[in-house]
Amino acid sequence: MTKAAEIELIEVTKRYGPALAVDAVSLKIPAGTYCCLLGPSGCGKTTTLRMIAGHESVSSGDIRLGPAVVTDLAPAKRGTAMMFQSYALFPHLDIVDNVAFSLKMAGVAKPARRGRAMEMLKLVQMDHLAERRPAQLSGGQQQRVALARALITDPQVLLLDEPLSALDPFLKIKVRQELKKLQLQLGISFIHVTHSQEEAMALSDLVVVMNGGRIEQAAAPREVFNRPSTAFVARFMGDHNVLAGRVSRVAEGNATFEVPGGASFTVPDTEGLEAGAPVEIAVRTDRIRLGDGAAPGCGLTGLVQNIEYHGQKVQVALAAPGVDEFAVQVPETAFFAAPLAIGDAVPLAWTAQDVHLLKPSPAA
Amino acid sequence: MTLSRIAPYLQATPLTAILAAFLVLPIATIVMVSFWDYDSIQIFPAFVFTNYEESLTSPVTWSTYLNTLKYTVIVWAVTLLIGFWVAYYLAFHIRSATMQMVLFLVCTIPFLTSNIIRMISWIPFLGRNGLLNQTLMTMGLIDRPLEFLLFSDFAVVLAMVHLYTLFMVTPIFNTLMRIDRALIEAARDAGANGFQILTNVIIPLAKPGIAIGSIFVVTLVMGDFITVRFMSGGQSASVGLMMANQIALLQYPAAAANAVILLVLVLLLVGAILRIVNIRKEL
Repeated sequence: MTKAAEIELIEVTKRYGPALAVDAVSLKIPAGTYCCLLGPSGCGKTTTLRMIAGHESVSSGDIRLGPAVVTDLAPAKRGTAMMFQSYALFPHLDIVDNVAFSLKMAGVAKPARRGRAMEMLKLVQMDHLAERRPAQLSGGQQQRVALARALITDPQVLLLDEPLSALDPFLKIKVRQELKKLQLQLGISFIHVTHSQEEAMALSDLVVVMNGGRIEQAAAPREVFNRPSTAFVARFMGDHNVLAGRVSRVAEGNATFEVPGGASFTVPDTEGLEAGAPVEIAVRTDRIRLGDGAAPGCGLTGLVQNIEYHGQKVQVALAAPGVDEFAVQVPETAFFAAPLAIGDAVPLAWTAQDVHLLKPSPAA
Repeated sequence: MTLSRIAPYLQATPLTAILAAFLVLPIATIVMVSFWDYDSIQIFPAFVFTNYEESLTSPVTWSTYLNTLKYTVIVWAVTLLIGFWVAYYLAFHIRSATMQMVLFLVCTIPFLTSNIIRMISWIPFLGRNGLLNQTLMTMGLIDRPLEFLLFSDFAVVLAMVHLYTLFMVTPIFNTLMRIDRALIEAARDAGANGFQILTNVIIPLAKPGIAIGSIFVVTLVMGDFITVRFMSGGQSASVGLMMANQIALLQYPAAAANAVILLVLVLLLVGAILRIVNIRKEL
């Protein structure tokens, strides 16, 4: 029903006076992609979305949608539609009129626009509440109406500003499944702003991790999780331990670095490394074994600080000299076979293949 | 148990007492006196309908009521236009909250003086040899003074608009400030132009404020007598002025009958406004 289109951001920048909210962001989102803009608050993800929508002017750079440059077009002329964070339903109109609003603005006659609005409400299974006012609906129902209202314009791209943040956790999971299903059904691109890495990994074809107005990494969720490009991404995605230090020795195929406390670790990679340079590596928390037998430079001894039971896993937080935070995920059965207590000193080990070398952050 | 049952009534007692003493009792007295009889030197208790009969059958009463309604409609329309415009400007074009408060306080500055003084100040400005006429004549725009400026319907409406516009600005500004700005973006996202946003989103959402402002202005203008007396120079009449004259002539029962008729009329007007707009969500 809609032609999907590719979106490209070219060096898009947003300045508020001297402050730089979005700093020369370039990104290509293929047609029909579920893309999540992920990052902490203030990272520029919402500003980027609003610039794509046309609700925020672009200070410099260009936005292309399909063959057209839409940088200076009015929001409704771009082929995008936006779903607002608080849904922004019109409180004085009933649900049908809310959904039919854009058709009314375009001068479509009342029976035709209400008919079309009912079709959209059927698509989101809200047709039975068509006569209600927004205030009479639950959060999840309002969200569906907002979705129907955005989709009635036949957009090539749907922009969603934290669409799930107002919902309770169970509903969140249900609604996100519906969003993904709808995106596949419509075949258009969804660009979804979120600060939840879980949401981003569950939904996206393309995760764009942003920090300080720049893109840290844009890749498939599996790539982002397994090969985070920077320490920021590794920390933000979670389930990674980041070790930072200075390179002490570069040899054939691997390098060694020291953390401030004196311990040294091995990196099975030498790309861009030279003695004395700062270096950061990431090791997934579920790839770390409890117990002795670490290869040189692939282990440390930590003091147990905290133990959290997560069901399938037990998360053990440890302290070690020269390391900020260190956590290990232990499968439930393995943990309770040999339980730990707070204060225990535990030897930890990993293999060289589990070490992932991080690049310096572009925002820094 | 008995205390918990009577506690709500005790809590409501002070307000009930105040309203009974200062609202219900005076109105009841007025209603009562409106049925009394009078001659040129005294009034005496009775139960006669002559006061209402004389009022309702006199063409003077009808023309006075029509004149008052004319003032009400004109002043309401003008204050609504200006009030909405000012409130819209304050709410949507002034970005900083501090500036909004400063400009809003500027709007209230006329209220720092008594309304009699504000009214009288128009006289040297609008008079036959007043500032405006002299300026226009010096500029050569007119060759003799404009007579309609003072002691005319124009002067009455002008003074009333001056006095009452703030009563329109305040409630409308209040409702406009409560409109979620995301709604305006959502409307723009749906392709609405500025005028469509105004008519489809902002005005419908400002209706409670418009209704409250309208109630203020309508009741104030309907009951006004001092503005009409000063600004029309005694050439126009209003219901309030008519009552003031009757009181001056000690015709209290006639004045009371007029007061009851005016009260009923104003209540009908307010009822009509409330029928059109549901203001409960505002209060």
